[in-house]
Parts: sequence; C-alpha cells; structure tokens
Amino acid sequence: MLEVKGLQAAYGRIPILTGVDFSLREGEYLGILGHNGMGKTTLMRTLMGHIKATGGSISFDGRDITRLPVHERSRLGIGLVPQGREIFPSLTVHENLRMGLASAKKEDISVIDDVLTEFPRLVRLLDRSGGALSGGEQQLLALARCLCTRPRVVLLDEPTEGIQPSIIDEIIETLLRLKQKHGIAMILVEQNLDFIASLSERVLTIQKGRITREIMPADLKDAAAIAEYVGMTMS
Amino acid sequence: MDLAFIIALDVLNGAASLVLLCLGLAIIFGMMRVINLAHGEFVMLGAYATVISANAGLNIWIAMLVVAPLFVGVVGIVIERCLIRFLYGRLVDTMLATWGLSLLIVGLVTTLYGNTIKGVPTPLGGFSVGAYKSSYYTLFLAAVALVMLALVYVVMRRTRFGLVARATMQNPGMAATLGVNPSRIYMMSFGIGAAITGLAGGLLAPVSGVVPTMGAAYVAKAFITVVGGGSAILAGTASASGLFGLINQLGSYFTTPVFGEVILFISAIILIRILPQGISGRFFKGSL
Repeated sequence: MLEVKGLQAAYGRIPILTGVDFSLREGEYLGILGHNGMGKTTLMRTLMGHIKATGGSISFDGRDITRLPVHERSRLGIGLVPQGREIFPSLTVHENLRMGLASAKKEDISVIDDVLTEFPRLVRLLDRSGGALSGGEQQLLALARCLCTRPRVVLLDEPTEGIQPSIIDEIIETLLRLKQKHGIAMILVEQNLDFIASLSERVLTIQKGRITREIMPADLKDAAAIAEYVGMTMS
Repeated sequence: MDLAFIIALDVLNGAASLVLLCLGLAIIFGMMRVINLAHGEFVMLGAYATVISANAGLNIWIAMLVVAPLFVGVVGIVIERCLIRFLYGRLVDTMLATWGLSLLIVGLVTTLYGNTIKGVPTPLGGFSVGAYKSSYYTLFLAAVALVMLALVYVVMRRTRFGLVARATMQNPGMAATLGVNPSRIYMMSFGIGAAITGLAGGLLAPVSGVVPTMGAAYVAKAFITVVGGGSAILAGTASASGLFGLINQLGSYFTTPVFGEVILFISAIILIRILPQGISGRFFKGSL
C-alpha cells in the first residue's frame, strides 16, 4: 500500500536521507532499526510531509503523495505518532482525543469511546490536562489520538523512549490486538530490540540515510549479527 | 453619592471600551502571536465603515453591529492571505510589515475621505443622576463588552472550531498531522480578531472623533492591556481592562485626561515589572 522509492531529504544543505527504498503491504507491521542520527525520525517526518522530499517518490495506494501537504496525507489515512508524543499540553485528555476527529466531516464521539476500549488506562484521566500526564500515559494518549483519525497506516516513532517497562508491555499488547482486529498497517522506528522484535514481521536496518538490509525478527536475538548490520553495539 | 455613581459609570465605560478594543488583539496577538501594529487602523476602519454607512442613510445599529465587523473582518482575511501568512513566526518582519500597513491604510483613508473629523450622533440619549449627566450608551457599551466576552468564551470552549483553533495555536505541526489545515485556521482566527476589532471601532464611532489617524490613540493602549493580561486571552483581557480602565478614569478624574493616560502607562510598566507573565500568569492559571 505504501511504496517508497529513492527518497531523499535534507536539513538545509545537510543530506539526511540519501535514497530510501522499501514497500509496505496492507496490514503489515514493519520495523526499522537504526542508530541515533541515521535518519529514522527524518524518514517518518518526510513520509508524513513535515519535511519536504528533495528527491525520490512516495506513493500510497498507487497515488503519488510526494508533494501533498501534511493534513491531506492525514486525511488519506496516514497517521503519525511523533517522537516526544506532542500532546497538546493545555487541552484535556478528552480534548486531545477530539482533535483526532478534527478532520472528520461530523464529530462522532462514539469513535473516541470505541478507541478508549483499547486504552482502559486513559478512561479515568479524561478530564486531566494533557501536560499533567506521565510519559507513558502521554504515549498511550498519543497513540489513541492517532487511532481516532481512523488511519490505515500508523507511523510510530520511538514509542519506548523514556517510558516505564509496564507501559511498554501494554503498548505491545494493544498494538498486536489492533492488528488482529482492524488490520491497520504500521511502520515502527525503534532502538529497543525487544520491542521491535515482538511487533514486526519484517525488520529493515537503516544506516546513513539508506536502508541497508532486511532481517527477520528472530535474528534480532543474535547480538553479534545486529552489531554488524546496524553498526551499533548492544549491551 | 451621585458623584461616586457617575465616577463608577465612567470606570465601567473605560473598562468596557478597553475590553472591546483589546479582545480582537487578544486573539491576533495573545493567541496567534502576531504583533499587528495596524490594530489601531482596524479600529479606524470599523469607525469609518459605521460613519459612512450611517450617513448614507443606513440604520445606525446595523452600521455599528453588522457593517463594521463584517467589513473589517473581510479586510482582515484579505490582509492575512496577502501579507501576514508569509510572516508567521517572524516577529520583527511582522512588526515592520504591519507598521507599513498601518501607514498605507491611514494614507488611503485620508486620500479617499480627507483629513477632517467625521461623526455620527450618539444614539440612546442620556439620563441624569442628581446634578450629573450620563448617557445610556455607556451602559450599552458595557453590555456589548460582556456579551462579546461571553461569546468568545463559548466559541473557544464549547465549539469544535474553538478546540481546533486552540490546538493549532499550541502546535500547528501536530494539528496538521491530525488532518487540520493550519493555514485555514490561522486565516479564520485572524478574520475573527479583525472583525471584533472592527466592531469596537463601530461602537466607539459615536463617542470619539473619527479621523484617519485615530488608530494611533488606541494601538499602544490595546497592546499594554493584552500584555498586562497575559496568556489567558479572556480572563487576562477582562481583568487587565478592568484594572487599567479604573486607573485611567480615576487618574483622569483627579488630574486631567492627559495625565490620566500617563498614570495608566506608568502603572502598566509597574505591573509588567511585578508580573512579567501578566495578570493571568499569576492568577486565573489555566483559564481561557
């Protein structure tokens, strides 16, 4: 459903993505593993449209979306849960979720109730302001808010960063349930090996702005091989 | 006793005028962070729209309450599309551009209508309290100020547009990620701010001399009130308007109107020194 060919992006004159190629199947969970500074977040932000591609193409369902503005990509069904979560701090949790319905023609609150059945932890926090939540709760909220937009593919950028292990397990379970129930596809960018291994069907490694190889999740147990593929040593 | 009542009315009048003057700026500057130095000229355009349409035979109420905000709202949207939208986040450029814009508007209006004072009679007549006289229009201004505060509150807190606007001002990138077109929300917010400012101009037309340069008298006052109010656009604007209205009117009463303004500006400087985040940075935290 998503086809990326020779994608390039840069910050000013500094090239970050130097030619990324991959494709994503309907309903597939794809992991992208890479070191800090290898272009993981840039890739996600370019797919969403926050960073303009300087070369290559992105197509979604056969339609070229390389030049489409962010909000139109969102309306096509691409959702991003950004690094750092970007909860609206002075809106309540419920208002944050309502923002997920912002592009729908009519605001249908039942969508929120629906999504909340997957996130029981958020239910008692609905009236709190988003800024008062813990990191883990914010991560759940960011994911729930993204799901309120009814995306067909979710781009998930380092969801485990600075989050307590109990919530990481909760996120894994929720994501696996979503895959079964709704057939949502996902691109997951991570440094956390366990997390990426328990969710992904395929894992790509990214190095210096390009995809270097494809590995099977089972191979992620082999620390020496990973060190060689990704260029990072695992502790 | 009568005197006290009349002074209280004056204070009410001062505060209400300030609320009306500042509410539009609270949206454009307080929420959108656009330093619009042409704010005074928006007021002037509202006043001119009222005077010209009333003198052409239109009902004065329609001229003030409908024509002025609609006209200035449309002008605001055109200005946002042609100028402001290229300058978001560029503070100094915005100041220069809107200052130039204010000179342009003053020049245009002077060319079209001349440099003379125009006016419309104050509607509603007056009443007397003992030996003193006041006008019902004062009470009307206060009522409109309250209605506008309530209206902006309801729109921002209770409607879908208000929610999307608040979220977009906090984080336009994330709002876009959720499918909102930030450019459209900015345009609409600017238009609403301009329309409210035009309404203020229309309402002040009967009680002030309408000349092309009248905006200069308002722009500084409006900015210090919004800055003094702080980040909560409604609670801040209302409380700062009340405080500065009180200081201005009492200062004018005990000294002269000119010195009253001086006292107002001095107290604003002191307030900002004591509360750098404005009144709502210390009180009314988390309110709108």
